[in-house]
Amino acid sequence: MSGSRQPRPRPLSPHLQIYRPEINMVMSIVHRITGAALFLGTVLLVWWLWAAASGPAYFDYVNGLWSSFLGRAVLLGYTWALIHHALGGVRHLIWDTGRSLDIESVDRLSWMTVLGSAALTMVVWVAGYWMKGAL
Amino acid sequence: MAAHSGSRHFMWQRLTAVLLLPLTLFLVLLLVSLVGADYQTARVRLTMPVVWLPLLALVLVGVWHMWLGMQVIIDDYLKEGARSVALLLSTVFCAAMALCAVYAIYQLSFGA
Repeated sequence: MSGSRQPRPRPLSPHLQIYRPEINMVMSIVHRITGAALFLGTVLLVWWLWAAASGPAYFDYVNGLWSSFLGRAVLLGYTWALIHHALGGVRHLIWDTGRSLDIESVDRLSWMTVLGSAALTMVVWVAGYWMKGAL
Repeated sequence: MAAHSGSRHFMWQRLTAVLLLPLTLFLVLLLVSLVGADYQTARVRLTMPVVWLPLLALVLVGVWHMWLGMQVIIDDYLKEGARSVALLLSTVFCAAMALCAVYAIYQLSFGA
């Protein structure tokens, strides 16, 4: 009985890793991550504009970097982040009107964001390769 | 975020979000159309007012939107001291991005 007078440890709120991931929660987190990535990714757009303003030599050099495997991987990620964040934003705008707030609709919209962003990213890149004459 | 400014933050965040939808679509179409293009083609395209005006709008509205968004992230995760530093860094970064983009777009159309 010696321990009965000791104060019980205060309860802690459960950490993120306690929860089983649900699609709506994962999409909420991904929306924030893509937002932060796009924040930093603005450097890419501004750099490209700067290169275009600098003249042909530097523009070709920067375009060469983008054409490399790593460059294309970064741009593919940027494309997907942009589209995912845009679709996630549309979802939020729909919720702002008070619509689609029940669990089934939220989950359906979340899945549409994942699948839609993947599909649209593919469309954009197929169009890009087609422009390049690679298809 | 300072007290009593929540609804204004919400309003600007939503307004910039809505404006960014067509502007983002424009950017993606522009970039896809320029894949494989040489410097001269890209430059002529970027010098057209129907291209640089929306591009300028995209950068300014986009920077505003990301500044608002980063403010929310900072408010959610950082304590007072680090919070002010992070907010300042975010503001400096956003301002630098906007200034560089405006300068580049100006140089493209009106530079030597």
